Amino acid sequence: MAPSIPALLVLEDGRHFFGESFGATGETFGEAVFSTGMSGYQETLTDPSYCRQVVIATAPHIGNTGWNDEDDESTRIWVAGYVVRDLSPRPSSWRANRSLTDEMETQGIVGIQGIDTRALTRHLRECGAMRVGISTHDLDPGSLVKKVRDTPVMAGADLACEVGVDQPYVIKAEGEKKFTVVALDLGIKSMTPHLMSQRGMEVHVLPPTAILEDIMALKPDGVFFSNGPGDPATADRQMELLKTLLADHVPYFGICFGSQIFGRALGFKTYKLKYGHRGINQPVKDLGTGIVEITAHNHGFAVDAPLDGEVETPYGQASVSHICLNDQVVEGLELHRDGQLVGFSVQYHPEAAAGPHDAGYLFDRFASMMESSRA
Amino acid sequence: MPKRTDISSILVIGSGPIVIGQACEFDYSGTQACRVLREEGYRVILVNSNPATIMTDPQFADATYVEPITAEIVEKIIVKERPDALLATMGGQTALNTAVTLAQSGVLDKYGVELIGANIDAIERGEDREKFKEVVASLGDLPGGAPEVARSFTCHTIDEVVEAATKLSYPVVLRPSFTMGGKGSGFAHDEKEVRLMAEIGLDASPTTEVLVEESILGWKEFELEVMRDRKDNVVVVCSIENLDPMGVHTGDSITVAPALTLTDREYQRLRDIGIAVIRAVGVDTGGCNIQFAVNPDNGRIIVIEMNPRVSRSSALASKATGFPIAKIAAKVAVGYSLDEIPNDITGETPASFEPTLDYVVVKVPRFAFEKFSGAEDTLTTHMKSVGEAMAIGRNFTEALGKALRSLEDSRAPLRLSGPLMQKQEALTSAARPHDGRLQDVVQAFRAGATVEQVREATGIDPWFLDQLVIILDVAHELAEASDLDETLLRKAKRHGLSDGQIAEIRGVNEHDIRDLRWNLNVRPVYKTVDTCAAEFAALTPYHYSTYDEETEVRPRTKPAVLILGSGPNRIGQGIEFDYSCVHASMALSSAGYETVMINCNPETVSTDYDTSDRLYFEPLTEEDVLEVYAAEAAVGEVAGVIVQLGGQTPLKLAQGLEAAHLPLVGTSPQAIDLAEDRGEFGEVLAQAGLPAPRYDMATSSADALDIASKIGYPVLVRPSYVLGGRGMEIVYDNSTLTTYVTTVTVASETNPVMIDKFLDDATEIDVDALYDGTDLYIGGIMEHIEEAGVHSGDSACVLPPITLGSEVIERIRTSTLAIADGVGVRGLLNIQYALAGNTLYVLEANPRASRTVPFVSKATNVQLAKAAALIMMGSTIQELRKQGILWADHDGSYPPDTTPVAVKEAVMPFNRFHTSEGQSVDTLLGPEMRSTGEVMGLDSSFGIAFAKSQTASYGSLPTSGRVFVSIANSDKRHAILPMQMLADMGFEILATTGTSEVLRRNGIDARTVRKRSEGLGPQGEKTVVDLVLNHEVDLIINTPYSGASSGSTRRDGYGIRSAAIMADIPCVTTIQGLIAVVQGMSAARKGTITVRPLQQWAEAMRPGK
Repeated sequence: MAPSIPALLVLEDGRHFFGESFGATGETFGEAVFSTGMSGYQETLTDPSYCRQVVIATAPHIGNTGWNDEDDESTRIWVAGYVVRDLSPRPSSWRANRSLTDEMETQGIVGIQGIDTRALTRHLRECGAMRVGISTHDLDPGSLVKKVRDTPVMAGADLACEVGVDQPYVIKAEGEKKFTVVALDLGIKSMTPHLMSQRGMEVHVLPPTAILEDIMALKPDGVFFSNGPGDPATADRQMELLKTLLADHVPYFGICFGSQIFGRALGFKTYKLKYGHRGINQPVKDLGTGIVEITAHNHGFAVDAPLDGEVETPYGQASVSHICLNDQVVEGLELHRDGQLVGFSVQYHPEAAAGPHDAGYLFDRFASMMESSRA
Repeated sequence: MPKRTDISSILVIGSGPIVIGQACEFDYSGTQACRVLREEGYRVILVNSNPATIMTDPQFADATYVEPITAEIVEKIIVKERPDALLATMGGQTALNTAVTLAQSGVLDKYGVELIGANIDAIERGEDREKFKEVVASLGDLPGGAPEVARSFTCHTIDEVVEAATKLSYPVVLRPSFTMGGKGSGFAHDEKEVRLMAEIGLDASPTTEVLVEESILGWKEFELEVMRDRKDNVVVVCSIENLDPMGVHTGDSITVAPALTLTDREYQRLRDIGIAVIRAVGVDTGGCNIQFAVNPDNGRIIVIEMNPRVSRSSALASKATGFPIAKIAAKVAVGYSLDEIPNDITGETPASFEPTLDYVVVKVPRFAFEKFSGAEDTLTTHMKSVGEAMAIGRNFTEALGKALRSLEDSRAPLRLSGPLMQKQEALTSAARPHDGRLQDVVQAFRAGATVEQVREATGIDPWFLDQLVIILDVAHELAEASDLDETLLRKAKRHGLSDGQIAEIRGVNEHDIRDLRWNLNVRPVYKTVDTCAAEFAALTPYHYSTYDEETEVRPRTKPAVLILGSGPNRIGQGIEFDYSCVHASMALSSAGYETVMINCNPETVSTDYDTSDRLYFEPLTEEDVLEVYAAEAAVGEVAGVIVQLGGQTPLKLAQGLEAAHLPLVGTSPQAIDLAEDRGEFGEVLAQAGLPAPRYDMATSSADALDIASKIGYPVLVRPSYVLGGRGMEIVYDNSTLTTYVTTVTVASETNPVMIDKFLDDATEIDVDALYDGTDLYIGGIMEHIEEAGVHSGDSACVLPPITLGSEVIERIRTSTLAIADGVGVRGLLNIQYALAGNTLYVLEANPRASRTVPFVSKATNVQLAKAAALIMMGSTIQELRKQGILWADHDGSYPPDTTPVAVKEAVMPFNRFHTSEGQSVDTLLGPEMRSTGEVMGLDSSFGIAFAKSQTASYGSLPTSGRVFVSIANSDKRHAILPMQMLADMGFEILATTGTSEVLRRNGIDARTVRKRSEGLGPQGEKTVVDLVLNHEVDLIINTPYSGASSGSTRRDGYGIRSAAIMADIPCVTTIQGLIAVVQGMSAARKGTITVRPLQQWAEAMRPGK
């Protein structure tokens, strides 16, 4: 066994854990969040929504299936740091090309292993999300905590531009093209355009800085705003853009950050959850059908909207379509005009990756909404 | 959807006796189901023949029928109770098959009983392999396309099987339809094997149907536990990965939860398939289990099978996740949707979610091959394990180490030091799946094998192999370190090494390591199983130990009582002991204590987080128990530690725990020792003037012969160092004795052989009693039906005794009091007596809960274990009589006339085991216990009670037809009368030459048939074995000849009994059994057998009635 390099994790309130380094050595800071998924660390680490966050895996063994060339959800690892209890010494999967620790080292991602991740998770649950630092250089908790407290907080952070693409690109429809969709990349995951293209959508992924003209030039059948990191309260520009699109009667679908922007466009407020939803086992109820779906979540903020009844907006009647059964948090919004669905969004991840496929029907719903808006 | 109001009463079918493949996990499921249904306000009617279950406690149902689970009897119950619905998904394959029979025969329709949970179509689609294949193949809409099943053919004859095997190319798998625990299934590598297995398989299947399938041997194996409700919500409760690759029955595999070697994409594909399958099969409500094989080289997935019911894996998954599958399944069966049911553990989140684990669970099977001489111990798709232990750790290595030491098998914990095996020898041994394979893997590594080599040999996923290498690396560090420091010690504990293992590596004593560890403050913390990886606060204190930073044990105000459970089920220690522990917990909880259960058996009710106030899922070793005690003592008063109720497992710990100053309550460890020490116990008997059979210890063969001549044949011989009847034999002559002490167990100074006078022709008597230091309360007196010499656990018995006079009973009473007092019992006591001639011999006394406590409690409606627990905590028998816990003015020695006659019969697992030549193992009962379970027959008359007990264990007794009889000379005169009765009932009697002569001379017409040793006759007359195999015989009576190792007569008997097992024909091996069988059959012929619930019996027994 290679000699271990000690590492230190310190939370902004001073609680600290000693462990061992894996991946890259160095020092990293971010918002401490825990994710309860038991599978899919590769997808999690490459999910742009985790930008500037230090992810704590509650699953005790991480790295078991190594790293492959197919499961990335974006072009790189986005997490600011990774905290695990037991790192697997070697991968076992017929698809693995390399190990997790090697990949993290290559990409310069600092990891710490061997700590009581459950204690850390319970602490975050009780005390709420907070900043954290991990270091292999500074093993003095008193000194590291000062650095942690100097880093910016997540509330008020505008990170879309940090993770979105610079240049537009297109994902062709599989089979016959039925729709043109413009997807605003606020931190989009690869699985999203993939699932759209499977349903006959040609997806034009635009940078987060795209303006109305860029979008309308493509004559989209529908517009999609992706998930992404940061505080939705900062996304004023995208919200204004969406308002214009809604006023223009462009069918809209949003996921996660895209749902929070939708909520704001409809006149609702967003707020920061105590410690967020991050996992792939969250029960969400579709209030329309009464059916419960098990869904992938990754959100620290949520929309504050009334769970019952409709709210009149300039664009139609808005209502809550989905809620999380664990805590009644708003998980989906719908906009109807003249009795017709013209826009909807979910706070969770129907594209899954990682996660269950229960909510895949939402992509079909997007297709049929675009279909009926044409008629 | 709220619960259904169109039904008001529900019949629940249990799973009957504990057998291999169907153990107490169904008691756990059934208890949960009954409890939930009653809470929901339904009238619950329960049928289960197994008295040792918690579910058959009268409080869990409105009408509890301890009756045989046959279609005929269940129909009688339906007629009497007219339930609106039948829930058959909680009682294993037994319940499901019974429900199918009742549905197919029209009984359910006739009485308007609706099957809930799974309807008949769904059951058939799930169970019928051909239909199941069609269902799977129809799922073409799934992303990724329709799932695959293994290529296969359904066959109904041996020739069809052979043809199919040729098409698929060998090896092939045979799977009989509608059997449980993989009975009759396995791999065939050539035509010879396929023919043999086809015959067994076709026979095992109630529909004479066998599926012949392509081999997926060596693939990775996974299971999903899936739940569905009436709104079509589906959740996957748990994923389970088998460490042993395909080819070993999942019940015999080491299994791990959650699955650890799948990427999310692969896992989600399994999940998609699992959900689609449960929907397509149409399991309306409740849980089911789906098994998959995954090719490790390319990820190809094969759906193996599904169980449209709660299964053994459901119990494991419930304990592994904290999601109570049976409880939720019962709720959805009566109409609730998953989102309407709260998750008990968090209190605030709903059951419509998927548990996520922040720990690893490892289950290891426990086998009993040593009990079945000659049995082939290669593991196959045919389940052979008799129990299992589960452990929870914060990583795999920790959970594995804990699981292996939970087995209480000294060979199980990984041997990390000491002699090395040859590498090739270890690899070769590891290549064959068998009990102890993991040990071979570790020894192969120690001998220098690489992960690749071991993977090649075993097919075990390299991820798991790597984890074993980590353990060995730690062991190496421990061995090399000059001093053990905190860091290294903590590392070793984090990888699951016990203090004992560390001590062995360091060449010191376990206590030295413990002292050092405690001095360095390397102590475990206790985490909580909370279904949600700490996302929400947990309300239920369901704990496991780990070497991490933060503990979650909460302070308490009430004094605690720690109850040590009985560990993994094994032959001789099973559900009966769990029953006593659960009862103690209930009694002490209501008496104001906070009860703390420690156990490691996932199948049990005791390890339900609902049973005790706190649950520690921990191994029952001194180290682990001391740590739990320390953790609990740190948060409040511990008023007592109970070691007397869980059988030998906790009892063995008593001395060590007392030495560590734990407040053991009840009978003191010194008293326990006294009862086990023959010398000291002999003095107690001598002082009380009680006779015991003579005995002595032989250290050489001359010594043995000398002793035998002094005490007289027959003698019972056994090695002195083994308990529980291992290696015991009854010996009748010098030559056999010489053979025994020179070959079977070599007598020496260090290894003396115990020689006891064996009481031929004696009646054995079992007594369960309570003693508080002043008063004695006889719980029950049981008279054995088998002759002395058959282990009491294997012997049928009857309560109240049917042939003992009041003078004998009075002597039993005074003797029991003298022993209880002489030994110093506080609580339960079990004594075995033998009545030979007019002498009442004391065979042994066990100052603890016995196997028969639940039987006696059910038969007399007095909860002995509850009373015992209260006595241990200071109550007196007088008080308990006043409180109505015990009978006020009499006890089990003189039960009221309204007490039913209760017959207990043992259920034997012989059909599970074969010799390497494919023969059945010997079924002869003897001094070594081999039964896995028991049933109870209840009636007001002995004959019917006995007939019920036989029906419950072996299926209905014949009421007409052909009887084969072969009686040992010493038994012949006792056989005349019962044989005459059989003849009078119109049975045709076949007999061997000697027996038929005796019968004819007594005026009983008997046809002589050839023994197997005589071969076919000149005109092709069949031997008895052929007749049995051809099902030309309906009942076999074959009492063994004296002299365990003597020649051809014994081999003939062996052949007959083997054939009886293969042909599933009842076989009586003792004269006492014969007499009882005849009475039972006569009763069955004469009158209609009636059914009566325990609650009615109890009402009748109430004083003043």
